[in-house]
Amino acid sequence: MPKDALGVLSEIKKSFITKQIKEGRRGDGRKPDEYRELRIQTNYVPRANGSALVELGKTKILVGVKIDAGEPFPDTPNLGVFTTNVELLPMAFPTFESGPPNEMSIEVARVVDRGIRESKMVDFEKLVIEPGKKVWVVFVDINVLDYDGNLFDACSYGAVAALKTAVVPGSKYGGKDTQLPINNTPVSVTIVKLDDVMVCDPDLEEEQMSTTRVTITTTEDGHIRAMQKGDLGYFELDEIRKAIKMSSDTGSIIREKYLK
Amino acid sequence: MTETKQIVIPGDEIERTNEKVRNGAYKCGQDKYCSEYFGIVQRNEQFIDIVPFSGPYFPRKDDKIIGKILEIGPSMWTVDINSPYHSLLHMNDTPWRTSAGDIKRYLAIGDYIYGKIMSINELRESWVTLKDAGLRKLEGGHIISIPAPKVPRIIGKGGSMVNMIKDATGTRIVVGQNGLIWLDGIPKNIMIAIDAIKMVENEAHTVGLTDRMEAYLESKKGEIDGNSK
Amino acid sequence: MGTASDIKLIDENNIRLDGRGPDELRPIKIETNVLNRADGSSFIEWGGNKIMVAVYGPREAYPKHNQDINKAIVKARYNMAAFSVDERKRPGPDRRSVEISKVVSEALEAAIMVELFPRAQIDVFIEVLQADAGTRIAGLTAASVAVASAGIPMRDMVVGCTAGKVGNKIVLDLSKEEDNFGQADLPMGILPKSDRIVLMQMDGDLSVEEFEQATSMIMKATKRIAQIQREALTKKYEIQQKEQGE
Repeated sequence: MPKDALGVLSEIKKSFITKQIKEGRRGDGRKPDEYRELRIQTNYVPRANGSALVELGKTKILVGVKIDAGEPFPDTPNLGVFTTNVELLPMAFPTFESGPPNEMSIEVARVVDRGIRESKMVDFEKLVIEPGKKVWVVFVDINVLDYDGNLFDACSYGAVAALKTAVVPGSKYGGKDTQLPINNTPVSVTIVKLDDVMVCDPDLEEEQMSTTRVTITTTEDGHIRAMQKGDLGYFELDEIRKAIKMSSDTGSIIREKYLK
Repeated sequence: MTETKQIVIPGDEIERTNEKVRNGAYKCGQDKYCSEYFGIVQRNEQFIDIVPFSGPYFPRKDDKIIGKILEIGPSMWTVDINSPYHSLLHMNDTPWRTSAGDIKRYLAIGDYIYGKIMSINELRESWVTLKDAGLRKLEGGHIISIPAPKVPRIIGKGGSMVNMIKDATGTRIVVGQNGLIWLDGIPKNIMIAIDAIKMVENEAHTVGLTDRMEAYLESKKGEIDGNSK
Repeated sequence: MGTASDIKLIDENNIRLDGRGPDELRPIKIETNVLNRADGSSFIEWGGNKIMVAVYGPREAYPKHNQDINKAIVKARYNMAAFSVDERKRPGPDRRSVEISKVVSEALEAAIMVELFPRAQIDVFIEVLQADAGTRIAGLTAASVAVASAGIPMRDMVVGCTAGKVGNKIVLDLSKEEDNFGQADLPMGILPKSDRIVLMQMDGDLSVEEFEQATSMIMKATKRIAQIQREALTKKYEIQQKEQGE
């Protein structure tokens, strides 16, 4: 795709944000650890087994969960199957093109998946229909509809909310419909560095300006379940410690307010 | 003017007596004109124009515009002017003495300019120049974008609307004909000016906007003075 | 089209499975400006269909050799989300979506004043979030609203609707069961001011009189649907005018 004005970081915007940061504020007036307005609507696609529409600032994500019977993986014959896919729809940004997943969508999908899988959020042992032969397969399909930064967190919140409200269609095979068995609620927090200041939930311009980013997923017990450092640039170890604390603190607030 | 403005969608027939249909409508039958746009019908004694609620900027010769540098070549820059088509700025049309291959020093990718449309051909290829009074690279401040069709409302009759906002907030404001607006001043007052501009953008089709703007700016006076200390 | 003789799609009183009469539309709701980045956008709920449409453009066509120096290219991309249908669908275009994208592009181009934008491209992204029969004409109907809201000039709006045959009766706006088990399916897209037909596909078995009946039903219904499109666009502005006028 040819260059689009939105894809090119504005020098004026950059110096405006830098000036604000020096005074402890961000471009839109937020504090460093403040999230944009977050809205999650579950069951947005009633015919899917679970779904959630997430609006994080102007970033908009739709997650659909489909659950169907299938074969287990050969090396885990007594566990259900779970798979995550992210589509960066061309409608979300002028330079997004249709086509097979690119490295950006694959990284987001794998990081979201890791956060959920390593938290043991979904009880895979309870998803067996016939040991070794038939298990429930959970497809999490994440569609990015509108892009204004921080796909990692928006996609993760959508996936978690959709899974928490998902129904296993047991009635399709002569049984009963049941809630997807859930153990806990992992929360992902993404932090980027603007010069030396660490800020949570970057919008698009902050992402474009940042020197590096880290996404950390924690569970209710305060333990770290998944981490991903991305983009160019580097962190000092102290900064990572700070990021872990930010993630755990902010994560608790988000869990309490939006993902109960 | 106290009557509500008529809203039309594409294909709507335009009621008229003797006026000449100018912009935004096409001949759709024997002496019949239909709207091309989703927009407002603007009438005076002689003309009828359909002004769309939103849409791209169509470059016209001599328009003063604000553009963003997207790409740099050996002797010219590609400029985004909020139009379906990119524009070009040649190094010879700038006040700087440059040599080919070295133009990046003056304007880099992501920089903004306040320029003038110099020429445009039938293929919509256009050229921008910085060689005129007041034209320059824009530095500092803040940039926002509004739909190009709303620019006349933001400027107001003889500049009345934009000057009202400028004076009340103590902010420098440059409005490009293409919908990009540059503001400079104290950041918090810039934010108030932006809110005022957004108000015009959202309510351009209503009556009494000027009065409401006066009232709004008056209500913000205390805050503005506080920010300026 | 399959047959299931044990499903009675329409009874002796001409009442259909979902309770509708032969010329009744399912409920339709359209919203505009639902997306921030796109130049124009709309969201339509039609029966159980939920479809999001985004428009980008006009912008320079890419790659350059695709440019037409006389007009803009209209490129609609119809896509179904993986979770939009009963059996999870692998993401990506299949032959059906490529065909639908083509006929929808052509229908929109008939209305858009493409000659005003040489060398440009207008992208229309139609994303089916939940499918419930008639997705292509619901998508087309919403796309017309999104194109208008982007400020792109058009000669007329484009309105879509289907009709078909079930139990040997002609009915309007097929439901999922009627689409799967009925005897004919006729989606059409028209320009409501002139009744010009810009999209038409058909499969099944219709006599010429049955085709006339179906077409007449569609033409009448598209007037109602065009009104819903109008309200979707103008509603917010008319409310504002009313509030400020007081």
